[in-house]
Amino acid sequence: MWNIPFFPPTASKEGEAISVLYWTISWLAIFFGAIVLFGAIYLAVKYRASNEAARRDDAVETDMKLELTWTLVPLVLALVIFGWAAKLYADIYAPREGAYEVFVIGKQWMWHCQHPNGVRENNELHLPAGRLIKVTAISQDVIHAFSIPAFRVKRDVVPGRYNTMFFTPTQPGKYHLFCTEYCGTKHSEMIGWVYVMPPEEFEKWLAGGGAAAAPTAMSLEEQGKQVFEGIGGCNTCHMNPMYKAPDLRGLFGKKVKLADGSTVVADEAYIRESILNPAAKVVAGYQAAMPAYQGVLSEEQVVQLIAYIKSLANQKPAGGQ
Amino acid sequence: MATITAQMGTERVNYLNVRTTVASWLLTLDHKRIGILYLVGITFFFLLGSIAAAFVRLELSTPKGDLLSSDTYNKMFTLHGVIMIFLFLIPSIPASFGNFVLPMMIGARDVAFPRLNLLSWYFFMIGGLLATIATVKGGIDTGWTFYTPYSSAFAKGEVSLALVGVFLVGFSSIFTGINFLVTIHKMRAPGMTWFRLPLFVWAMYATSLIQVLGTPVVAITLLLVAVERSFGIGIFDPNRGGDPILFQHLFWFYSHPAVYIMIVPGMGVISEVIATFSRRRVFGYHFVAFSSLAIAIIGFLVWGHHMFTTGQSIYAGIVFSFLTFIVAIPSAIKTFNWMATIWKGRVHWDAPMVYALGFLGLFVIGGLTGLHLSSMATNVHLTDTYFVVAHFHYVMVGGAIMAYLAALHYWWPKMTGRMYPQSWAKLSALMVFVGFNLTFFPQFILGYMGMPRRYHSYPEEWWALNLLSSAGSSILAVGYLLPAIYLTWSLKYGRIAEKNPWGARGLEWELVDTLPHPHNFERVPIVTRAAYDYTHPEEPTAIYPSPRPAYVGGGGKDG
Repeated sequence: MWNIPFFPPTASKEGEAISVLYWTISWLAIFFGAIVLFGAIYLAVKYRASNEAARRDDAVETDMKLELTWTLVPLVLALVIFGWAAKLYADIYAPREGAYEVFVIGKQWMWHCQHPNGVRENNELHLPAGRLIKVTAISQDVIHAFSIPAFRVKRDVVPGRYNTMFFTPTQPGKYHLFCTEYCGTKHSEMIGWVYVMPPEEFEKWLAGGGAAAAPTAMSLEEQGKQVFEGIGGCNTCHMNPMYKAPDLRGLFGKKVKLADGSTVVADEAYIRESILNPAAKVVAGYQAAMPAYQGVLSEEQVVQLIAYIKSLANQKPAGGQ
Repeated sequence: MATITAQMGTERVNYLNVRTTVASWLLTLDHKRIGILYLVGITFFFLLGSIAAAFVRLELSTPKGDLLSSDTYNKMFTLHGVIMIFLFLIPSIPASFGNFVLPMMIGARDVAFPRLNLLSWYFFMIGGLLATIATVKGGIDTGWTFYTPYSSAFAKGEVSLALVGVFLVGFSSIFTGINFLVTIHKMRAPGMTWFRLPLFVWAMYATSLIQVLGTPVVAITLLLVAVERSFGIGIFDPNRGGDPILFQHLFWFYSHPAVYIMIVPGMGVISEVIATFSRRRVFGYHFVAFSSLAIAIIGFLVWGHHMFTTGQSIYAGIVFSFLTFIVAIPSAIKTFNWMATIWKGRVHWDAPMVYALGFLGLFVIGGLTGLHLSSMATNVHLTDTYFVVAHFHYVMVGGAIMAYLAALHYWWPKMTGRMYPQSWAKLSALMVFVGFNLTFFPQFILGYMGMPRRYHSYPEEWWALNLLSSAGSSILAVGYLLPAIYLTWSLKYGRIAEKNPWGARGLEWELVDTLPHPHNFERVPIVTRAAYDYTHPEEPTAIYPSPRPAYVGGGGKDG
């Protein structure tokens, strides 16, 4: 109990930048806080009623110069901090390419993480140091939040939408993982650990199947293919020349024309919606014949399916479909 | 009225002795009595909310969840939040002191709609009791924020009943807001121009605007949650085609401005107290007055800063962050003007002034840590941690309750006709200040280290700071209990107060009796000077015109 830390570890590139900002604001706050607190007490003592020596005859009721000073000085400082903070914020949330991608699924009350090669972890996440990481997160029930204080990053994990964030771990080590959005009875038990490993160690860990006893046989997209052809039964219609269903080859990332005349980019959110609630966005030239998979597939399976459909992005669609 | 004057004999008629039956209180239309009714009501709820807080702090004095089950713990912090926000802080200063002094300050005999005023108290009590019954009947564990889809599709318990309770309380808030707006517009005494108004009235005007414009939105939103729970209509639940984030937009559209409902009246009180005890007109009167309005208006445009991590667009976030920095400026302006009021004043260190200085100290810490949260990048790290808990307690407990206590000690002689022991009052102010900082400052550190809010158990390494926080809260509790004791004592044994014990300017002190007459003034006063005119102590702020009785003894049926 007496080994008391006062600062969190700082273990990501973004975290280092945010810490500098945090302490800049803190020192400004301490400076202005001290002025007000001690200033007010000093003035109240100096101008106490019994102190006749204090000069009061030159008191004024207002002063434009003073008003402008204490309006504009805080304003300028505030705007500088605002811009600085907005820039760092964009570094966490603005989408970009080339990241190592991890899927996170939150549910009452556990974290489920999936690596691209199919390795799965519960309440643990292993990551390589020095590499940009993209977390794509969704919840299967209520809103959770995926928070790693050592990285100074956090993202709400919302049902029905993919939220993403980016960060680059720098220091190998073991760090807290918390759910920070209240999610019910065992909210405080929805915790875990993030392990940052040197890259080569991480590759070894990943190839070895992670924490599982045996290496995982299938990658995420292979798992998706299994859902596609197995429980989902998607291949009955899609990519079957007998049926008129949109071909999914070459689809991901492209623009899709919809029946109502609008267009949409085929990203993760669109594909997820089209699996769970196909009637929401019907592709131009097709009937809304597909059954809804809401409640049939778990979020894990949807993530696997998306990985599979993503893997078809470079293939050519058959025929003229 | 004629009967009243007769029955009193030698003692002057005042709002307390005019009638003393229980019915005369429960059916009263007198704004002062309604203010007292509110004071009794919110004191009861404050006690209830404090007990819940005590359980929360007791549980957190060890890292393991050992005192309460996690379910009970969740119900405790929900109870604490719902009661303290909706049943204490929002009505606290406006409904009690606003009701009591606002009409006197502007030279009016009552508020514009006395019956609506009484109705608002009944809505408040019934709503508050429904919410309390919901708690007794099994409790709710949604947190005071009622986030969907947890509240609408997952949480068990009496959520709908509590929501209906809060819905009713919302109406009482709207009624009070409407009443004050109309009263300030239409019932100012002759000569009481807008820029002669005490700054408390400006603050109440700004607050009322928020209450009237914001509360309907949250009322409907909470009703929609109850509808979704009962009938399964998909508004917020994504499994039924709803959007859970929509709830947060609607909720914070009110609940962020609601923060200003809690603090702006407190700022109004501080302007009154600092002026009175510095014997000096509030420095930069116009800046302080308009800063209240600026807060009320800009405050409506910053709700998205509660949602920087939800996945809202980066550009929307940038706009919300920018406006949040802007809304901080009026508070800075007020703070510096208060300091300038003390500067070259003639400061009397009476108890209300000590509370006001305590307010300055705590509010400035609360306000400045708001910078960490309005900055988007640090917000990502700090949101939903104890940093936020500490920040809003500094503003809403440190700030608003310090101001509330300042108001209570300032207007106590006017309300009760008695003085209280000054030294005890100053001691309690000191204990609140010290206890408060011990309780909540460690939470900033915990928050920066990442300790999430609403956690029943936490990692071992955060034990010491949590224990310190729990220990501090016991000092804070004593600080809050002391006034309850010596103020109650003063009702019977306190020295009889003079008409204007603080040497203050203002109609409620200069013209109104020690214990106000049921109609406040003998006749409609004529206001001749601006508020806080301490440079001309010989000139009254307001006078009675030629001696024709307007209210008293006129044989009217009211009263």
